[in-house]
Amino acid sequence: MAGGAGGGKTIMATREFAAHEAHAHAAPQGFIRKWVFSLDHKVIGLQYYFLALTAVLVGMFLSLLMRIHLIWPNITLPLLGDIKPETYLTLVTMHGTIMVFFVLTTAPQGGFGNYFLPIQIGAADMAFPVLNMLSFWVTALAFVVMLGAFFVTGGAPLHGWTGYPPLSAVQSAGPGEGPGADLWIISIALFCIGALMSALNFITTTLDMRTKGMSMMRMPLTCWAWFITAILGLLAFGVLFSAGILLLLDRNAGTSFYVPLTVFSGQVVAHKGGSPLLWQHLFWFFGHPEVYIAILPAMGLCSQLVSVFSRKPIFGYKAMVYAMLSIGLLGFMVWGHHMFMSGMSPYSAFAFSIMTMAIGVPSAIKTFNWLGTLWGGRIRFASPMLFAIGFVSLFVSGGISGPFLAQPTLDIPLHDTAFVTGHFHLIMGVASIFGIFAATYYWFPKMFGRMMNESLARWHFWLTFVGTYCIFMPMHYAGMAGQPRRYSQFTELHYLEKLIPLNTFITFSAFVTIAAQLIFVFNLFWSMKAGKKASDNPWEATTLEWTTATPPPHDNFGGHPPIVYNGPYEYGVPGAPQDFVMQTDPRTVAAH
Amino acid sequence: MASYTPTATIDDPTTSAGANGGSPPAWIDGGDDFDSRPLDARLRRARLGLLVGVVGIVMIFVSFTSAYVVRQGLPTFDSRTNSMVHDWIPVRLPRLLLVNTLVLLLSSFTIELARRRAARDAALADVASVQEGSIGGDEKVSWLALTVVLGLLFLTGQGLAWRELAASGFYISATPSSSFVFLLTGMHGAHLLGGVIALLIAGAASLLRRSAQSQVIWLDVTGWYWHFMAILWVYILALLEFVR
Repeated sequence: MAGGAGGGKTIMATREFAAHEAHAHAAPQGFIRKWVFSLDHKVIGLQYYFLALTAVLVGMFLSLLMRIHLIWPNITLPLLGDIKPETYLTLVTMHGTIMVFFVLTTAPQGGFGNYFLPIQIGAADMAFPVLNMLSFWVTALAFVVMLGAFFVTGGAPLHGWTGYPPLSAVQSAGPGEGPGADLWIISIALFCIGALMSALNFITTTLDMRTKGMSMMRMPLTCWAWFITAILGLLAFGVLFSAGILLLLDRNAGTSFYVPLTVFSGQVVAHKGGSPLLWQHLFWFFGHPEVYIAILPAMGLCSQLVSVFSRKPIFGYKAMVYAMLSIGLLGFMVWGHHMFMSGMSPYSAFAFSIMTMAIGVPSAIKTFNWLGTLWGGRIRFASPMLFAIGFVSLFVSGGISGPFLAQPTLDIPLHDTAFVTGHFHLIMGVASIFGIFAATYYWFPKMFGRMMNESLARWHFWLTFVGTYCIFMPMHYAGMAGQPRRYSQFTELHYLEKLIPLNTFITFSAFVTIAAQLIFVFNLFWSMKAGKKASDNPWEATTLEWTTATPPPHDNFGGHPPIVYNGPYEYGVPGAPQDFVMQTDPRTVAAH
Repeated sequence: MASYTPTATIDDPTTSAGANGGSPPAWIDGGDDFDSRPLDARLRRARLGLLVGVVGIVMIFVSFTSAYVVRQGLPTFDSRTNSMVHDWIPVRLPRLLLVNTLVLLLSSFTIELARRRAARDAALADVASVQEGSIGGDEKVSWLALTVVLGLLFLTGQGLAWRELAASGFYISATPSSSFVFLLTGMHGAHLLGGVIALLIAGAASLLRRSAQSQVIWLDVTGWYWHFMAILWVYILALLEFVR
């Protein structure tokens, strides 16, 4: 980072020293320092992104196997052979774990958050670059350990991504519950460590590294979303880590935190007195905030894009911030709604139910604000905007079944059915993934200096949008008709025979949707090499990343940190020469 | 509705509407005063990072505590009598733990001396003229070394206490209560070991070619972490002693 212009020799020296210390590292030269063990938040962001891309391909492949097995339970797959019931549970487990941790938690926060949080607040890097590098590598190691579970004796675990004991706590409980389950827990624990270090970095960066004039209330909503997500991560991942340690001790040190007196395959286990519910409480105290960890960044991004592409200020900036904060806060008080089946006191269930439905209020505020922003806007239907609108649609469709499941009386019959699978895939899975897609199409020009192909992007959007609805909407129906989750075979069950055509439809929809993702992967790599050259601000957006070069220089702003004068969403300002006013534009924009 | 005034009036970005986000970082070369010392800014950032990290660690022990308290009140099915019984047997903690506590509190005192000396030396020295690794001279290193020794002594003492517990029948899987004793002491020990490693890195600062500033900051943050570890230990001891 070069020192600023002017000043005496001493000032220059101080300034260069300060700049150097603030950035904490010079531009690296060799390949290893630049691309592998990089300290640059932009490279680390890309590393997270490509880790998530690898993970999503693995997770998607596993879901494909599940869908094939559900409608053709007896076919033998080339290379893979028969899918036995326990193999099916392994697929369920690994699909869920990989998708939740290594895709939905990794890409929106670790990937785009790392890349764009410092730039959007006008900082040269994250607060602690070495810690940032460690976070990524610990996460990558966690992914390798997770995949390792496939290759040990007995294979990967079959206890589901929620890892309920005693199934997950007793080595002899199933084929994958030996070393595979140990690797699974170790991987989760490593992931927690990586996520905690990352949360620490995000929070410190947001609080302490904002450039001159970038008050909290001038931050783009993306930054607010990453900040709140980091707070949730900080409070949630420690609890999952603790839960994992207890599970590891139960499995390997003979303790009985979770395992009651149990009989497995005719054998009494060497534990007694533990409580499986203890795990459920600890797990879901993490698990529910985790849902918001996955979706809050997408909410922030959606707010950003809806404003940029409607050429209007976001409707209710402060309401958006407070809505996200209250979603985060309420998210810690509702874990019990995952446990209505556990036999909890109806009074507790009632309290959890009320709190859960209360989340509908800030969620509705956000949705109406998005619609309010769209209303009367001069909407530009570019691919990022399509995915942002798609996100709003999925958020509503997936969210509306939330108040159903929030009621114990409705949750109990629906809990172990495909209804829940449909619900959480729409809201947590696909909606967050749409956020990732939107972010990719939106920021690709800044990251790689080229535009993604718009026609392919549109094909990708429509096939994915229609495809995912075709997959997950019928699951609600199947669930209400009584189709259970996690069953490897249902075609032999007489009462479910009528659901076979519906399930065949879901599987074929999955084929089409998965094929559509290949369009995206092709577009991503092809556009890096052959896309149209991007200008510095192709979307005519106002936030700081669009004030700097494309791709951004090593210290993000070429030695001239920006000064911020305006809020992030100054579009269509009367009297302004253009329909947008950059955050760095010193001419006054009167407050709304 | 917003209105746009295309004049050249530039309001002070730190005080204009909406600027409630605290003062901007001092290192930015955007016209702020150059007298603000970068050390202060870096120190503030490092301490903020530590504070956030401590919150993360606190959550780990909060969840252990809740598990501990809940497990205590939980009845267990006894297959012999076919009824629910309370199986919580309070653990008699070894006396040695008191000695260990004194050792750890003493180490908190020594690290504070090391931290203050380093901070004072840094304040006295002109930042530009300080040679790398020369702050405080030998005296600081000795307080540091003493803290490392005390830290290791504490960990050894914890290990001996474990042996004593196991010898008296309270090994890790013996009873629910003993499981928690090993869990809480073990997790605290693991975190303290992290502190010892951080101290060793601080001691080896001149070998690692750290700048004088980085050294001061590292020692400062490690010092606060160490105090946190001492407080955490007192909390754990109180929990195990009085809530059983």
